[in-house]
Amino acid sequence: MIDARSSAGRNDVQPPPSLGATEGFEPRVDARRRRADLWRQGFRASTLVAILVLAALLLNVANSAFGYTAVQVKRDPATVLYHGVALDQLDAAGLVGLLESELKPGVVRRLNGEAPLVSRSVRDLHALATERIVQPKVVRTWSLLDSVFRRGAVRRAHAAEFPNTALVFRSWLTADFLLSPQDPDPEKSGVSTAIKGSLWMILITILFAFPVGVGAAIYLEEYADKRSRINQLIQTNINNLAGVPSIIYGMLGLAILVRFLQPFTSGAIFGMAGGDSPNGRTILSGGLTLGLLILPVLIINGQEAIRAVPQSLRQASFGLGGTKWQTIWHHVLPGALPGILTGAILAVSRAIGETAPILVIGASTYVALDPSGPFSKFTALPIQIYQWTSRPSDVFRNIAAAAILALLILLLTLNASAIFLRNRYRAKG
Amino acid sequence: MTVQTRPPRLQSAEGEVQQPRVFDSTTNPEALRAPQGMPMAMATRDLAVHYAAFLAVRGVDLAVARNKITALIGPSGCGKSTVLRCFNRMNDLIPTAQVSGKVELDGVDIYAPDIDPVEVRRKVGMVFQKPNPFPKTIYENVAWGARINGYRGRMDDLVEDALQRAALWDEVKDKLQASGLSLSGGQQQRLCIARAIAVRPEIILMDEPCSALDPIATLRIEELMQTLKSDYTIVIVTHNMQQAARASDYTAFFSVGSQRDGYLVEFGPTAELFTNPVDPRTEDYITGRFG
Repeated sequence: MIDARSSAGRNDVQPPPSLGATEGFEPRVDARRRRADLWRQGFRASTLVAILVLAALLLNVANSAFGYTAVQVKRDPATVLYHGVALDQLDAAGLVGLLESELKPGVVRRLNGEAPLVSRSVRDLHALATERIVQPKVVRTWSLLDSVFRRGAVRRAHAAEFPNTALVFRSWLTADFLLSPQDPDPEKSGVSTAIKGSLWMILITILFAFPVGVGAAIYLEEYADKRSRINQLIQTNINNLAGVPSIIYGMLGLAILVRFLQPFTSGAIFGMAGGDSPNGRTILSGGLTLGLLILPVLIINGQEAIRAVPQSLRQASFGLGGTKWQTIWHHVLPGALPGILTGAILAVSRAIGETAPILVIGASTYVALDPSGPFSKFTALPIQIYQWTSRPSDVFRNIAAAAILALLILLLTLNASAIFLRNRYRAKG
Repeated sequence: MTVQTRPPRLQSAEGEVQQPRVFDSTTNPEALRAPQGMPMAMATRDLAVHYAAFLAVRGVDLAVARNKITALIGPSGCGKSTVLRCFNRMNDLIPTAQVSGKVELDGVDIYAPDIDPVEVRRKVGMVFQKPNPFPKTIYENVAWGARINGYRGRMDDLVEDALQRAALWDEVKDKLQASGLSLSGGQQQRLCIARAIAVRPEIILMDEPCSALDPIATLRIEELMQTLKSDYTIVIVTHNMQQAARASDYTAFFSVGSQRDGYLVEFGPTAELFTNPVDPRTEDYITGRFG
């Protein structure tokens, strides 16, 4: 590509010697090259637009996920001392002593009840002491762009509005954020419950939709009589289903999975209904709803991939005395698998970010307990983000942005592993 | 320089075709000189094939002699490939294809209702126009057919034997784990022949096996056919009349009628058919005046 561009550049400066005209032809090479160049510029512009949009999106998220915060403390950490040793220098025994002397006996007893203080790590004890004694509170946040490009203005605003607070640059996306369960206090809240809910749900989606989708694609491509009216009707309907809005699938899931199949989706017929009684509004319902949502896309994509396997391979297999199934299993599926997986990656990526259908089937917006299995009630990352963005407080907006980043990271991780698998398969085949 | 829209030769050839000579598109029974006094591997009786309502080929009575090479020649659309595909029921894969008449393998009608086409295709192997090795290793290409057909012997020996017979062993013995697609076109076609041999067929069908190959690779395949015929019966469809004349023992000449229906014109020993054809349509074709 670089060669082509540089040679085109040379040609602009020094036109190539004419090779002589042929009667009856008017080659107009220059005009043709100019037109080709115009198209190339157009294609490059399209790519640029896509990249710019993506960059704007990421910047917008990062803008809220990082930035300066004004932190108000109840007690200055410098004044928190235990036998003359500062908070940051205390060892585990010192921290336990500090907590026991500073907190009310009832609180200490309750904390010991959750997990004995002496058995906790220094890091946990330090965090606990900071939370309970110093009690930092974010009173104002600034965006990343302001924090970087208008630092002076941020400083002045901070000094004027919140003179008794510390100005701290903070990343809202932290390991603690990813590993903590949900909490009513946005500063302590995390997304671990939502991540686990999303992972459980997507696992069920894949387990349900992938085999069913590939199976249907195989049947429609390899077995079904394409001339029969019924099969044509089925094909048309699958194509149309791929374009149905996702919220309709949510309503379908609500009516069929949550209500009608409640004994199944709540786990009651397996004797596994949770004590918190989610009534069919479980991970299983959510996963199956998303599975139904991506099923038409998986089928259509699977059919395309199977159709792309050359007919000559099938003939070779049949010619050696292979049966239909041996031909499909040994030649058609291995040939189609990379294509099937590419489509599955895209479909699952879409499913993991879907909000509307699982909102309709009733994913809970506040769940502090990690899901324990397919029959738990659950929340998912998109639900969490949706719920947080609708809150008025600044801090909720920040943790929503951090949760969006978590969702993007989760998505990239899943996609990267699927692409890695696919490429390994391709290299082997 | 002026641009000529059509080369002059084509026009005169067309003119020749339009001359009414013998074009009643019937088979002259005297022109069918089936092989005499030797065992037959395959025979057809009044074979006809329809694709939906279209009659592709009709009234074919052929006999394929064991351990001989039988060539099917004729112009495009005369149904010679269709007839070949009846010999291993490959036409079953085309949903609209309908076969009537009989195709007998060792005296058994392979279109009888209790015959499984899978079993027919193991006994009647096929090599296709375009080399189509599986996208697997060379070893696996040869071994796959034997494995799915329940071969119980030593696979390594079978693979070596098949590659030896296909005259490919010396070229690939050091890279059996390389992809079958890494070979040249001629090697790929010999790999396809080895693959067909590995399931121990009685008959090998070849559908224009050299049309995608260069002359040297073509010659190698023709030499290979001569060595293979001591163990196998070969039926080959070819567009190349020199190839039929060089490589085959018997030749069947097909032509195409006014409704684009193919039919058998003449069948007999290759030497006789090319030097002393009974039917004038055969003479027109082999002398290059038609087709």
